[in-house]
Amino acid sequence: MSITKNTNFLLAFILLLLGSNYVVAKTIYTGKEFTSIKAALNACVNGDTLIITKGVYREGNIVIDKSIVLLGENKPVLDGELKYEIISVKSNFVVIKGLVLKNCGRMVMNDPAAIKVYDVKHVLIENNTLLNNYFGIYLQYSQGSIVKNNVIKASQKEEHQSGNGIHCWKSDSLQITGNRISGHRDGIYFEFVTHSVVWRNIAENNLRYGLHFMFSNNDAYFTNYFKNNGAGVAVMFTKHVIMVNNTFEENWGDAAYGLLLKEISDGYLAGNIFVRNTTGVFFDGSNRITVEKNVFQSNGWGMRMQANCMDNVLTHNNFFGNTFDISTNGSLTLNRFNENYWDKYEGYDLDKNRIGDIPYRPLSLYSVIVEKNPPAMLLYRSFIIGLLDKSEKVLPSLTPENFVDNNPLMKPFTR
Amino acid sequence: MRILKYVALDILKNKIVMAYAIMLALFSWSAFGLEDNASKGVLTVLNIILLTVPLMSVLFATIYVYNSNEFIELLVSHPVKRSMIWRALFAGLSLSLVAAFILGAGIPILLFADFATAIMMITAGSFLSVIFVAIAFLSSILTRDKAKGIGISILLWLYFALLFDGLVLFLFFQFADYPIEKFVVLMSALSPVDLCRILILLRLDVSAMLGYTGAVFKDYFGTAGGLVVSYLLLSLWIIVPFMMSLIKFRKRDL
Amino acid sequence: MIETVNISKRFGKLQVLNNINLNLNRGECIALIGPNGCGKTTLIKSILGMVLPDTGAIIFDGKNIKGDNLYRAHIGYMPQIGRYPENMSIGQVTDMIKGIRNSNEPLDNDLYEQFKIGSMWDKKMRTLSGGTIQKVSATLAFMFNPKVLILDEPTAGLDPIASEVLKEKIIAARENGKLILITSHLLSELEDIVNGVIFMQEGNVKLHSNTEELKKKTGEDTIAKSIIHLLKNEQA
Repeated sequence: MSITKNTNFLLAFILLLLGSNYVVAKTIYTGKEFTSIKAALNACVNGDTLIITKGVYREGNIVIDKSIVLLGENKPVLDGELKYEIISVKSNFVVIKGLVLKNCGRMVMNDPAAIKVYDVKHVLIENNTLLNNYFGIYLQYSQGSIVKNNVIKASQKEEHQSGNGIHCWKSDSLQITGNRISGHRDGIYFEFVTHSVVWRNIAENNLRYGLHFMFSNNDAYFTNYFKNNGAGVAVMFTKHVIMVNNTFEENWGDAAYGLLLKEISDGYLAGNIFVRNTTGVFFDGSNRITVEKNVFQSNGWGMRMQANCMDNVLTHNNFFGNTFDISTNGSLTLNRFNENYWDKYEGYDLDKNRIGDIPYRPLSLYSVIVEKNPPAMLLYRSFIIGLLDKSEKVLPSLTPENFVDNNPLMKPFTR
Repeated sequence: MRILKYVALDILKNKIVMAYAIMLALFSWSAFGLEDNASKGVLTVLNIILLTVPLMSVLFATIYVYNSNEFIELLVSHPVKRSMIWRALFAGLSLSLVAAFILGAGIPILLFADFATAIMMITAGSFLSVIFVAIAFLSSILTRDKAKGIGISILLWLYFALLFDGLVLFLFFQFADYPIEKFVVLMSALSPVDLCRILILLRLDVSAMLGYTGAVFKDYFGTAGGLVVSYLLLSLWIIVPFMMSLIKFRKRDL
Repeated sequence: MIETVNISKRFGKLQVLNNINLNLNRGECIALIGPNGCGKTTLIKSILGMVLPDTGAIIFDGKNIKGDNLYRAHIGYMPQIGRYPENMSIGQVTDMIKGIRNSNEPLDNDLYEQFKIGSMWDKKMRTLSGGTIQKVSATLAFMFNPKVLILDEPTAGLDPIASEVLKEKIIAARENGKLILITSHLLSELEDIVNGVIFMQEGNVKLHSNTEELKKKTGEDTIAKSIIHLLKNEQA
């Protein structure tokens, strides 16, 4: 948090500096003396403001190599004609605002984007509309850049022929805020990105992941909304990631997860809502994660925890109406469950301390069977399965002994 | 047609059918009324559809067919086709039991469950009623002994409602190492109860059924084509036992 | 009118009908008699198409009855114990049979009136006594003016008055030139009704004869005595 705040201040400060140093900073308009953006751009020097007026511009690739402010007036359209990368940012301190960018090129070799930021710092991309692009916004080797309140839409069909909405690679201290991304491969993609924040974004109907994290340590994402993405959200090979107040909804499919945590350690997962996913959270090789105050509702599996997960702590989570609250593929459990609310709990609370008097075993025999034998899903809700589950509850024999919440809550946890 | 009218009238006035409808209504209303959310109520009603409805249908139909022996004899001495009598009995029993099911359980289901689920449940319940009437016809034509016939009916019910699933589970464990998804889908066609359960579940627990094997099931049952095939299979479960019983009935000495 | 050609029927090991050849014609009123299990009922049921013979053919009015059901429109059948759907009233049963027969000819409501069926029109079948059920069966058998009447133990369970009514009706039908087939254990009941007799034993027709001829031949004055006479001779 502090890092991002600092970047904000830093950026504002630098902009101020720019303003004061270049006293002669001027504003240039397209349409009057300059008929093209490129011509206007030629006339710019660092610190100038270039205002693009209403109209449709087909100028191929526009390279911005000066620290200028690029403003769209009445939503001018920059069309890449499905051939060009539209804007290439190759200077620090560039601001791009209020543009409509569409139809960037499709050459798969060099990953063209509507706006691509090359190895520069403190770029602000705000309030733009990106339509039908290959990559939307592409940041590489960037620091302290901000991507804010953009609408990024595409209607791509095939995963291998489509790019990501916001693609960030080897960057640091980014802020990705308030964007709406749909129809891309991944909504937001992070690889080797550190100390960054993803906040208040909406990613839905993307082909693969709403959010895709890899090797990106010390990041946080808050209050984002991920709905109906091909495979949900994936956070992989990452340390110290903070995930709070996000909503993961309706990520349905064979290998779809509300949230996939693969090789994650020391994370913090709190206050998230997982609704109507095939699997709410899938833990694979993830250790030392604190999972608290989350809501798991109406999922196929609330949580699936592979046996290679250790030392995770789950407390004060609410489980409602999931087909299976939890399942695992092993017999050994090295994770801790405490004071969660399970709507399937049938115990009682004689001493009225709001905690059930008998422990709850969230793992049903049937979920173990299905884990080993996926086709057994066919027998779901058949009488014989009900019978097996009941007998297992009375006399546990196949489910892991220590997979247990010793203090199940009688009422759902409320914040 | 006139026979059908009288058979249906006779069965509808039968106290057991009325009691059955009332019992279904009681269970369904209380299931929806007592459970705090509708989805739990739906599950209770699902169990009624999958267990009670088949049992009731098969038992009542078996007993009714045995009790209609004299009635059949009466009609047979008149200028009526034998197959007409058997068909009328079958149609009368099916219609009455379906009517009892819809009146008893259908109305609360429609009121409390969401529409698509409700329609699927009512369709499945109606199918199961008729299928088990057909099975009852087959078992009651197999033997003249009423007690034996009822025994066969109960055994068949037991098999479809309970034993079959156990068998399938056993097969899962035996062949856990093989890709048996498709085989399993085929297996499910062998039990009308399972088929109905899956059809309803595809509506109810969409998220879970869409999981690993869910994709396979969805491919088979979830598509419009799959639905048509499922309904065809269910219809076969009506037609095959009934036609077998009809052929036997035509040749039977009364 | 009714001809049976070599019909045989076997229930398991039991040969119930053994090569039965009969030729029955209009105006005949025949007592079908014999000990229990001799095949009387099976023969009747074969004619009615309720039992399908293993071999042989039954010809009704020159047509084989196999696979046919319309010929039964010409038969009125009164079963030994008529059992009807319990929840139906007499009226409903009657209406149903009328509907099935779908006959345009005027109905014979003679028995209907004499047995006062109309006054019990709305009574449920399950509430009726055995005698009343027999009355219903008889009424239905005669109602459609059939050419052939098959009566299985018609007077069993009827009170003497009703029994007399029925006998009168049978005689009237005989005079009308109908073919009537009656089974009964009580031969004396049939004495003044029938003009022919068929005696069956162990699936075989032992005797098929006109009553007058039979009496003449044996020198006895009743059918019953004649039969006994014949049986004794046979054993001797």
